[in-house]
Amino acid sequence: MELDTVLMSRLLTAMTLGFHIIFATLGVGIPLLISIAEFIGIKKKDPHYRMLARRWARGFVISVAVGVVTGTAIGLQLSLVWPNFMQVAGNVISLPLFMEVFAFFFEAIFLGIYLYTWDRFKNQYIHWLFSLPIIIGGGFSAVFITMVNAFMNTPEGFAVEDGAFTAVNPLAAMLNPATPTKVFHVLSSAYLTCAAILAAITAFMILKKKTSDYYKKALKLTLTLTFIFAVVTAIAGDSSAKFLAEHQPEKLAAAEWHFETEEGADLILFGWLNDAHEAIGEIRIPNFLSFLAYGDFNAEVTGLEEVPEEEWPPLWVHYMFDLMVSIGFLLPAIALLYFFLSKLKKRNEHNKGMLSLIVLSGPLAMLGIEFGWIYAEEGRQPWIIRGYMTVEEAATSSPHIGLMFFLFLALYIVLGTLSIVTLRKIFKDNPAEEELEKQYPSVKKGDES
Amino acid sequence: MMSYEIIGITVLWIFLYGYLIVASVDFGAGFFAYYAKVTKQDHIINQLISRYLSPVWEVTNVFFVFFFVGIVGFFPDSAYYYGSALLVPGSIAIILLAIRGSFYAFENYGSKQSIVYTFLYGATGLLIPASLSVALTLSEGGFIVEKNGVVSLQYQELFTSPLSWSVVGLSIVSVLFISAVFLTFYASRAKDYPALNLVRKFALFWSTPSIIAALTTFIFLSQHNERHYQNMLDLWWMFGLSVAFFMAATWLLYLGKNYGLAFISVMLQYFFAFFGYGIGHYPYILDPFIRIYDGATHPSMGIALVAAFIGGLLLLIPSLILLIKLFLFDAEYVKGKK
Ligand code: HDD
Ligand code: HEM
Ligand code: HEM
Repeated sequence: MELDTVLMSRLLTAMTLGFHIIFATLGVGIPLLISIAEFIGIKKKDPHYRMLARRWARGFVISVAVGVVTGTAIGLQLSLVWPNFMQVAGNVISLPLFMEVFAFFFEAIFLGIYLYTWDRFKNQYIHWLFSLPIIIGGGFSAVFITMVNAFMNTPEGFAVEDGAFTAVNPLAAMLNPATPTKVFHVLSSAYLTCAAILAAITAFMILKKKTSDYYKKALKLTLTLTFIFAVVTAIAGDSSAKFLAEHQPEKLAAAEWHFETEEGADLILFGWLNDAHEAIGEIRIPNFLSFLAYGDFNAEVTGLEEVPEEEWPPLWVHYMFDLMVSIGFLLPAIALLYFFLSKLKKRNEHNKGMLSLIVLSGPLAMLGIEFGWIYAEEGRQPWIIRGYMTVEEAATSSPHIGLMFFLFLALYIVLGTLSIVTLRKIFKDNPAEEELEKQYPSVKKGDES
Repeated sequence: MMSYEIIGITVLWIFLYGYLIVASVDFGAGFFAYYAKVTKQDHIINQLISRYLSPVWEVTNVFFVFFFVGIVGFFPDSAYYYGSALLVPGSIAIILLAIRGSFYAFENYGSKQSIVYTFLYGATGLLIPASLSVALTLSEGGFIVEKNGVVSLQYQELFTSPLSWSVVGLSIVSVLFISAVFLTFYASRAKDYPALNLVRKFALFWSTPSIIAALTTFIFLSQHNERHYQNMLDLWWMFGLSVAFFMAATWLLYLGKNYGLAFISVMLQYFFAFFGYGIGHYPYILDPFIRIYDGATHPSMGIALVAAFIGGLLLLIPSLILLIKLFLFDAEYVKGKK
């Protein structure tokens, strides 16, 4: 019974976060893309881009709504499901949580203004300016919540006396060693994912024979941004790995099936483990783990042998890490291929195969987010606050947690289905061509610009 | 110099009061929208309701998030006691909030109007205040027990307690009253006379039940928590002011003029009652487990939170003023011309 409540608590939290993170990621990244499109539109006096911003914003509202309600759910669930964790950690880490609420507040206010004032100002830049606080608000909510998560991995800013946390220093807790790389990687991957998803949607529309200048411009813009953010994300991911090697070596070792501390460690991709903890069928890149961890092919990398076995993270996180990294290389490759084809005069970069690949990159990016988080969270096991409190000690003792899990499962199924249905309807009932004509009668339909 | 604990609880109580007002407007409006649809009066008021609600519903929700994040921050013990005890009612409230928030967006932006969405939107508008009010009832003590380190909620006591039912009743009636008065004011600004007529009737209708429910709750509280009741009697003047503002509001509504003043009176009515109740609760946050002084967080965190709060307000107040100016006090917008 005891173990069951812990397991159900973990499943409930994982499910809520795994669902929330989809909408949270969109909430962080989409405003930036909307803002860029609107700015280009005003600057170039090109209604296509402004229409792009408008239509993205319209879809964004649905994702915000689900983001807000699932975020409210996870905020309350942290206390409901992990009361012992919040009682202890609340003393040290409530400052960023509190500041996150201000970031939301700020974002919510300006989102309301932005969405309902498209044609209210003569100077179009005024409306565009309202997009900036939304980007800042969304970005900072990610920064603050990631600080909380960083604290769980490398807790700092307090002393322990008789089992209680004392001498609290909230700023030191916020600026713990995990914060810089984590914040960098979370933000860059959110922007990457949103660019890839919007590119995917555009490619999907073109595939359905809606080739027009409007869509071609959209595709070029989103793929350019995908490529840029993918490069930034890879750099950020690399610095995350360097951080792990230094401060949380067991997480990196578990991801790499690196059991013995050694110099010139190999990078292991995929494969599986036999009973003697040896990798089979893997792809091995000599000395590359040392490079990933320290930027030096001969550096020494700490292995799992230095950690007591009952504190090992589950070894299957290896696959999560590999999948994330593979996606990290695939996404910029797809974008590059498109630009390569468009440079070749003879090739049509809007062929079926190319477009299908782009359609694929949207879901892939979101999977990258999910794999990354599962890796980060499972890689912290068995700790909830690394070195201080285990997941088991933190969970609620309520026997009803299992029932709650199924209630929330039903809720998320309904919300997920209805968001997709609603989004499809919004855009189906209101095709871009018609809307362009209505809003900007001076623009002709079709291929001119 | 006030201590940070007192500043903390005061700030949180003010935000809870803010939520009480803005959420009541929102919740009640949902119910009236549904009611109007069923009685085929929706063409009269639903335009009015959606013009106000669309830009601000997300802001309403943040008031609530602010409160529960803040209370866990200032008083981490409350996460432990309330968190352990409230798993089931809290989860139900979350689900209701989720249905309400997302279905509002699905209906409003998803182009198709559906009676099911409107029903869910209206029904949750009454169920959410009812389920949230459980937390206030619990704070009176006697419903949460701690045995061998396990905190649990006494469901039977809760469901058979006249106090808890009277609090539920009070919360529902108040929602309808506050909302109706606000909509009356909003309709009068929009110069939308058919709508004004209808919502003014709602407001007058719900005024009497709201004061009766308040008195009933007062009586049941005296039987449940003598200490709190005595404290409240010592603050008799606050409740007196509350009743006076109630009468002023009803009188203005009855006369059919100065609806803005009427709404402000209702806000003051609830302000004094809510603060009278809250101050009477002192020093307990959760009777008898959490008291303000020994339940508070570390001083360094408390001071950091207060500082963050002041910084946050400097950012938010100008933004909120801008929002209100653009949507609430821009006569052209309210009239639907923008
Ligand atoms: C589209 C999403 C995406 C992509 C393409 C990548 N990542 Fe990632 N990664 C994330 C999305 C993500 C994330 C969701 O943002 C995580 C989860 C927790 C975190 O801090 O960021 C993460 C965590 C994470 C961690 C663990 C950090 C920690 O727990 O402290 C490492 C070491 C990397 N990543 C490394 C990489 C590398 C070397 C990549 C190669 C290109 C890469 N990631 C691509
Ligand atoms: C940023 C702030 C976050 C906080 C404070 C947080 C907190 C927690 C807590 C309390 C748990 C339960 C204990 C545990 O099993 O480790 C947990 C587990 C988990 N979280 Fe996070 N989390 C955060 C971000 C995320 C995100 C964004 C995801 C997205 C997918 C995520 C995925 C998971 C998963 C998959 C588990 C389950 C681990 C298990 O099964 O044991 N986390 N997290
Ligand atoms: C334990 C983890 C988390 C908690 C407690 C949490 C809490 C919340 C809450 C309460 C909201 C609703 C705010 C409102 O009412 O407006 C929300 C929405 C949001 N959350 Fe989370 N969140 C968590 C994880 C994350 C993570 C990891 C990210 C970012 C990477 C994130 C980013 C966002 C964003 C951007 C929104 C706003 C959605 C929008 O308005 O577009 N959250 N979150």
